[in-house]
Amino acid sequence: MITLTHYLVLSAILFTLGVIGVLIRRNAIIIFMCIELMLNAVNISFVACAHYLNSMQGQLFVFFTMTVAAAEAAVGLAIIVAVFRNKETVNIDDINIMKW
Amino acid sequence: MVEYLPILILFIIALGFAVTNVILSAIFGTQKPTAEKLTPYECGIDPVGSAHERFSVKFYLIAMIFVIFDIEVVFLYPWAVAFQSLKLFGFIEMVIFIGILFICYLYIWKRGGLEWE
Amino acid sequence: MANVSIMTFNILSILPILTLAGFGMIVLLVDILSSRKLGEKNLLAYLSLMGIIVAAILARNSTGTTLFSFNESFAIDNYSLFFNFIFLLSTGLVILISHSYIKREEINHGEYYALILFSTIGMMLMASGADLLNIYIGLEVMSISIYILTGFKRSKLISNEASLKYFLLGAFATGFLLYGISLVYGSTGAINLKQIAGFIADKGSISNPLLLMGMALIIIGLGFKVASVPFHAWVPDVYEGAPTTITAFMSVGPKAAAFAAFLRILMTAFGATHYEWQKIIYILALLTMTVGNVVAIAQTNVKRMLAYSSIAHAGYLLIALVAANDMGMSSVLFYILAYTFMNIGALAIVIIVSQKGDEFIQIHDFAGLGFKHPGLAVAMSLFMLSMAGIPPTAGFVGKFYIFSAAIKSGYIGLAVIGVINSVISVFYYLRIMVIMYMKEPTRDFNPLTLSPLIVVAIVLSVIGTLHLGIFPSKIMEIAQQSILILK
Repeated sequence: MITLTHYLVLSAILFTLGVIGVLIRRNAIIIFMCIELMLNAVNISFVACAHYLNSMQGQLFVFFTMTVAAAEAAVGLAIIVAVFRNKETVNIDDINIMKW
Repeated sequence: MVEYLPILILFIIALGFAVTNVILSAIFGTQKPTAEKLTPYECGIDPVGSAHERFSVKFYLIAMIFVIFDIEVVFLYPWAVAFQSLKLFGFIEMVIFIGILFICYLYIWKRGGLEWE
Repeated sequence: MANVSIMTFNILSILPILTLAGFGMIVLLVDILSSRKLGEKNLLAYLSLMGIIVAAILARNSTGTTLFSFNESFAIDNYSLFFNFIFLLSTGLVILISHSYIKREEINHGEYYALILFSTIGMMLMASGADLLNIYIGLEVMSISIYILTGFKRSKLISNEASLKYFLLGAFATGFLLYGISLVYGSTGAINLKQIAGFIADKGSISNPLLLMGMALIIIGLGFKVASVPFHAWVPDVYEGAPTTITAFMSVGPKAAAFAAFLRILMTAFGATHYEWQKIIYILALLTMTVGNVVAIAQTNVKRMLAYSSIAHAGYLLIALVAANDMGMSSVLFYILAYTFMNIGALAIVIIVSQKGDEFIQIHDFAGLGFKHPGLAVAMSLFMLSMAGIPPTAGFVGKFYIFSAAIKSGYIGLAVIGVINSVISVFYYLRIMVIMYMKEPTRDFNPLTLSPLIVVAIVLSVIGTLHLGIFPSKIMEIAQQSILILK
C-alpha cells in the first residue's frame, strides 16, 4: 500500500536532489533544470496531499505552478541566451565581472 | 483489476509480436551495408553537413514562444470539464483569457518574433 | 457531471489591478502598432503615469471597506490599500525618473513601461492575497517582470550577469517558498490564511513538525525577497548591474510587497505560533542589519553601497516584525513609505550625476557636487541624513517607531543593537556628504541627465521625506488603522 508518506518522501528526495544540483553544478542551464526539478517535486507533494485530503486546492495550485514554471523557463532561457551572446559561455564561474 | 486483463493480454501480444519480428529479421536477413545505405535517411536527398552541429539561437526563440502558448492550454482543460455548469460566465471568462493571449500573439508577431530571418 | 459553484465574484475589488493590466497592455499595443519615434515613447511614459493615477483613484474609493472576494482569496482592506498606495507611488516615481535615463542608456523600448506596470500588478496581488496561491502568483508576476527589467541593457554584460544571478537565485528561493506552501497545505489542508489559522487554533502546532517545517521554508522564501542575511548574496550584484532606475524600483516595491505578504502570513496564519517564528526572525534581523551596515562601509560604488544599505533597512524592518505588536506592525508600513521617498530620491540623484553607460557612480565621483550643483547636493544630503536616521527626517521617525516597538515588546537587546547599527550607518552616509562638500571637484558634471520629470520626482521625494519627518502623526494614524485587520 502506497501511503501519503511515500509520496512526501519521494517529493522530499526529488527536492533535495534539485537543491544539491543547484549548489554543485556549474552550467547555468543545468542549474535551471535542477530548479525545475525542485518545482516538480513540490507538484508531486501538492497532488499527493490533494488526493489524500480530498481537496481540490492542491490540484489547482499545480496548474498555476506549471504555468508559472513555463513562464520562468521562457524568461530564464532568454536571459541565458543573452548572456551567451555577450560572453560565449554559460558556466556561472566564468560569469563573474562583479565580485560576489 | 479483472477488467484490465484483456488490455494486459493485448499489450503482451503486441510486444511479443514486435520483438519476435525484430529478432527474426536480425537472424535470417542478409546484411550487406554500403556507405550509401548507412547515411541518414533525409527523404532521399543527400544529407548536407554533420548532424552534430550547434543549433541556431533562433530555435530557442521559437521554443520559448511554443512553451508559453502551449502551457497556457492547461487552463482550457478544467474549464472544458466544468463548462456545462459554468455556463455563459465561464465562456466569457475564457474569451477574456484567450483575448489576452491574442494580445501576446499580436505582440510577438509585430515584434518579428515569428520571422525566421 | 461536476458540480461547480461559481465563487463569489466581485470585479470591483480588483478594479485597480485590472486598470493597471489594461494600461500595461495598451502600452504594449501602442508601442508595437505605432512607428518607432522617440516622441511616441514619451507618450508611453505619460500613458503609464495615467494608468497609475487612475488605479490610485479607483483604489481610494475602497477606503475603509473590508471585503474578501474570490472565494475568500483576495482581501480588500485598509492594509492592502496602504501598501497599494506605496506601490503606486513608488512605480510612479520610478517612471518619472526613468524617462530621461532610458533615453541616455538607449534602452528606450515600450516594453520597459509595460513590464513595470505588470510588476506592480504582482505587488498589489501580493499585498491583497488572503491565500497562499494569490501570494505566490503575485510574487511570480512581480519577480518575472523584474528579472527581465534587470537584464534590460541587453548588450551590457554586467546587466546580463545581474539578471542571470537574480533569476537563478530568485527561482531557487521560489522553490523553497513553494515547498513550504505545499507542506503547510499538506498538514493543514488549507491554503487560505484564515483557515490555516483556524486549524492551528484547533489542533495546535507543536506536535506538527510538517507545519513548522513549512513555515520555516516560507520564511526562507520570503526572506530572500526582502533581502535578509543570509539570503542576501544576490542583492549587491543585482543592484549594481541593473539599470539604475530598476535598482530604485526593486529596492522599494518588491521589498514592500514581500513585507506585506510576510506580515500578513505571519500574523494572520501563524499568529498563534509566534513564539516559534519570532526566534527565527530575531536572528535574521540581527544578522541582516549588522552585515548590511558593516559591509556597506567598505563599498566604493554608490549603487553597491545603497544595496547594502537596503539590506540594513530590511534588518530594521525585521525588528518591527519580531516586536509583532501594534506599533511594530504600523511602523513597518510607515518605514516602508519613508524608505520609498528617500531611496528613490537618492537613486534619482545618482542617475543625474552619472553619465552614459553608468559611468561615474563611484563615491569619489560625487566630489565637489556641493559647489557645482548645490541644489542636487542639498537633496542628496537630505536623503542620506534620512537614511542615517537623523531628525527632522522621515528615516528618524521611522526608526524611532521601530525601536520603541521593540522595547515595548521587551526586545531591549535587539533595539540597542539596532541603535548601534544606526550609528555605524551614519559613517558611510555622511561620507558621501563630506565628499560632496569638502573635496574639490575632479570632473565636469555636465551634461546632467535632467528632465522636468526627474526634477518632479526629486521634489516629491524631498517633500515626502520632510513631511513624514516633521508631521508623522497623520500617516502613523493611518498606518495604525491599516493593521487592525491583522489582529
